[in-house]
Amino acid sequence: MLATAPAATAPTTQRRRAIGEVLLAVEGISLRFGGVRALTDVSFDIRKGEIRAIIGPNGAGKSSMLNVINGFYHPQEGRIVWKGRARPRMRPHEAAKGGIARTFQNIALFKGMSTLDNIMTGRILKMRASFLEQAFWIGRGRSEELAERAFVERIIDFLEIQHIRQVPVGKLPYGLQKRVELARALAMEPELLLLDEPMAGMNLEEKEDMCRFILDVNEEFGTTVALIEHDMGVVMDISDRVVVLDHGRLLADGTPAEVRDDPAVIAAYLGVAHG
Amino acid sequence: MIYRETGQFRTSYAADQAIFRLRQDRIGIALVLLFAWVGVPLLADDYLLRAILVPFLILAVGAIGLNLLLGYCGQISLGTGAFMAIGAYAAYNLALRLPGLPLLLDFLLAGLVAAAVGVLFGIPSLRIKGLYLAVATLAAQFFVDWMFARIGWFTNYTPSGSVTAPPLDLFGWLIDTPLEKYWLCLAFACLTAIVAKNLVRSRIGRSWMAIRDMDIAAEIIGIRPMTAKLSAFAVSSFVAGVAGVLWAFVHLGSWEPLAFSIDMSFRLLFMVIIGGMGSILGSFLGAAFITILPIFLNQAPALIGIELSTAMVSHLEFMIFGALIVLFLIVEPHGLARLWQIGKEKLRLWPFPY
Amino acid sequence: MAELGPFLEVLLGGLMSGVLYSLVALGFVLIFKASGVFNFAQGAMVLFAALALVRLDEWMPLPLALVLAMAIMVAVAFAIERLVLRPLVGQHGLILFMATIGVTFFLDGFGQTVWGSNVYQLELGIPSTPWFLLEGLFPGGILVSPVDVFATVIAGSLVLALSVFFHGTRIGRALRAVADDHQAAQSVGIPLNQIWLIVWSTAGIVALVAGMAWGSKLGVQFSLSLVALKALPVLILGGLTSIPGAIVGGLLVGAGEKLAELYLGPLVGGGIEYWFAYVLALAVLLVRPQGLFGERIIERV
Repeated sequence: MLATAPAATAPTTQRRRAIGEVLLAVEGISLRFGGVRALTDVSFDIRKGEIRAIIGPNGAGKSSMLNVINGFYHPQEGRIVWKGRARPRMRPHEAAKGGIARTFQNIALFKGMSTLDNIMTGRILKMRASFLEQAFWIGRGRSEELAERAFVERIIDFLEIQHIRQVPVGKLPYGLQKRVELARALAMEPELLLLDEPMAGMNLEEKEDMCRFILDVNEEFGTTVALIEHDMGVVMDISDRVVVLDHGRLLADGTPAEVRDDPAVIAAYLGVAHG
Repeated sequence: MIYRETGQFRTSYAADQAIFRLRQDRIGIALVLLFAWVGVPLLADDYLLRAILVPFLILAVGAIGLNLLLGYCGQISLGTGAFMAIGAYAAYNLALRLPGLPLLLDFLLAGLVAAAVGVLFGIPSLRIKGLYLAVATLAAQFFVDWMFARIGWFTNYTPSGSVTAPPLDLFGWLIDTPLEKYWLCLAFACLTAIVAKNLVRSRIGRSWMAIRDMDIAAEIIGIRPMTAKLSAFAVSSFVAGVAGVLWAFVHLGSWEPLAFSIDMSFRLLFMVIIGGMGSILGSFLGAAFITILPIFLNQAPALIGIELSTAMVSHLEFMIFGALIVLFLIVEPHGLARLWQIGKEKLRLWPFPY
Repeated sequence: MAELGPFLEVLLGGLMSGVLYSLVALGFVLIFKASGVFNFAQGAMVLFAALALVRLDEWMPLPLALVLAMAIMVAVAFAIERLVLRPLVGQHGLILFMATIGVTFFLDGFGQTVWGSNVYQLELGIPSTPWFLLEGLFPGGILVSPVDVFATVIAGSLVLALSVFFHGTRIGRALRAVADDHQAAQSVGIPLNQIWLIVWSTAGIVALVAGMAWGSKLGVQFSLSLVALKALPVLILGGLTSIPGAIVGGLLVGAGEKLAELYLGPLVGGGIEYWFAYVLALAVLLVRPQGLFGERIIERV
């Protein structure tokens, strides 16, 4: 079950990025949909600069957890502490403004737009031109477009997607779409990047690339990353700490090594055959 | 051979962002504009100008308005006619009650009034989607129809219900010949096209398209659905309002509320669908198509020796419209504009098919 | 007591026309429930059916005309399903909706080309002298038109029959499965194309009955297709997927607009009927975006 770990990247013990104080904490989060309990009393934190993995069997509530952090779902109980401020729930717009960006399991790109335009939408919060300036392509209307284009091009270079700039994203293969989605999230210059199964459906080479990108993003820009991932090799290799969810409850919380050896985790998730 | 990109390198982002990136496109549009401003006046007779070109241009403006809302922002509106009516009556009342204002200012203010009402009727779109929104916009259409028909103040209590526009006096220049009217409408059409094109390639246009494609994802980027949708309604209604003023003042001269009924709304909808949703060029192509088809249907049977009554022609029109809508939606949902694009792509490769 | 008279009269009249709205709305609901398509062309189908019936009636006895008209409507349904729906399977709802607008225009033009565009009177052999009910209680009695009553009875029976059909029979169950999830239904062996054919044919027959009912009331003419537009607020109020909703919605709209015309009309110069239903629907939507009976959809991301 342990997939071949991507070997190209530096192991966690050698990472230079320092891990700081708590950036986001969820406390006692419970979430229900009618009679279905998606999350029950989940608490953990995410520290600045780290890569936090959220793992667990299917249906464990991982995506729901991200949706709560993001503001799509409002928990019935508990609170979210973001940059020191506690609140009972988040709103998507607040999350975006506050520096949280995310990607989705099923890819939430704007299918009618090109790669470039999709990534440019990530810059929307940074653009200030007034309506008239945009309407007549004068002043900030023009200068911002060009400046943001330059910024977005750097991200395009970083993620090596120059060749598909003008392609409508609906036509791209799955792996490239995921990369474009990542680019759009990066365009927001987030402090916290939430990735929902960023490597699902990818072959080995694509996974290696994606791992490399995530690590680079974390190291070069200092972006804190929380990712949901099923590939244990990836999780062991790139994450600093791991949260394990099962049936909506917190099962374990610690370093990859600690979690891997935790008998409860093994029983619930990894299965008997291991090691 | 001619339509090649080789040798044209865009060395700056500014060049890449330009509306017409290829030199051939720039030459093309320059020729079209030259023809429109200079060629047509030299070649066209009054009938052509008055009965075909002026309505075509005004409807193109209206179609751009609807396209911004429907094609770019994905909000269905079956009430565009109502906003045209609001623009027309607003301008009429402004000209009537504040005669000191210059006419162009009346146009602008009428557009703003239409925009304000547009925002009002756009508010339901925040909670209501798709089909339900269509019904809400129909509510606007019928209510506005009734309002201008029954509330006498709007029509200055005329017994017949029909009002007449003031003479078109633009800072002393009286616009009363078909050619002058044509130039006025052409100016508005060009201005609207430029502004619309600028908007859709800017931040606001992208926010509209994001809402259209996936409003949930748009929220996580930081786009507020409310701002995006209401701005789309506002701009779209403004443009529709201006189109309405032009239709009433320049094309019709005298009109009654029925001039802007649901028929007009559907006409504009067809233009947008057939011409191409989400395309400024498409708005023009659709408007041209819808304007020319009835005329074609009127003349063509006679040319091949068949006599048709006017009622029959109207029925045929309906049938052909309907069939074409279905055909376009099946074959090319992006309309004539997409066909045009495909044609250009083929030209780039011509004479090599691959 | 004297004021109650006109109120009851108007109410009754409104309720009866409400039943007819329900009938048209029912056609919409059927198709939407089974294929997720909002068939804007339902109104045009009503007109087409009524025109067919009225013209055929001129050449043959009524029962034969009725049978032939039904056959024609089934053929129309077949054509729509084959030519319009199948090529567009899987497309965005908006596209399908606009396709049905195209069908509306086509049917409109085609119908008038084939059957003519005059106003035709539909003679169903119903006495046209009005009945006066409860003459003892109210001076002059309450005016009730037999045609209205007839239409109501027909419509009511059809609605009942359809409800039983949907909930009681095997085919009805299959239809509900299809409405829920196309792919799942297919995977249990439900033949999608056949189902849609059945549904559209049923909608066609419903259209015929509605055409008969409205036609005998108003005469068969172009404005019948505008009835479809009136059915939209009914659907909003009743929700797009609920048969009882269509009934309640129709009654509400029918009664509501007549009563509004009676009481509010004089205040604002009349003509309220034109927009009342729509504004009512809009008001409801603002409070409940899914309509009175519609289902709340929780979007999962």
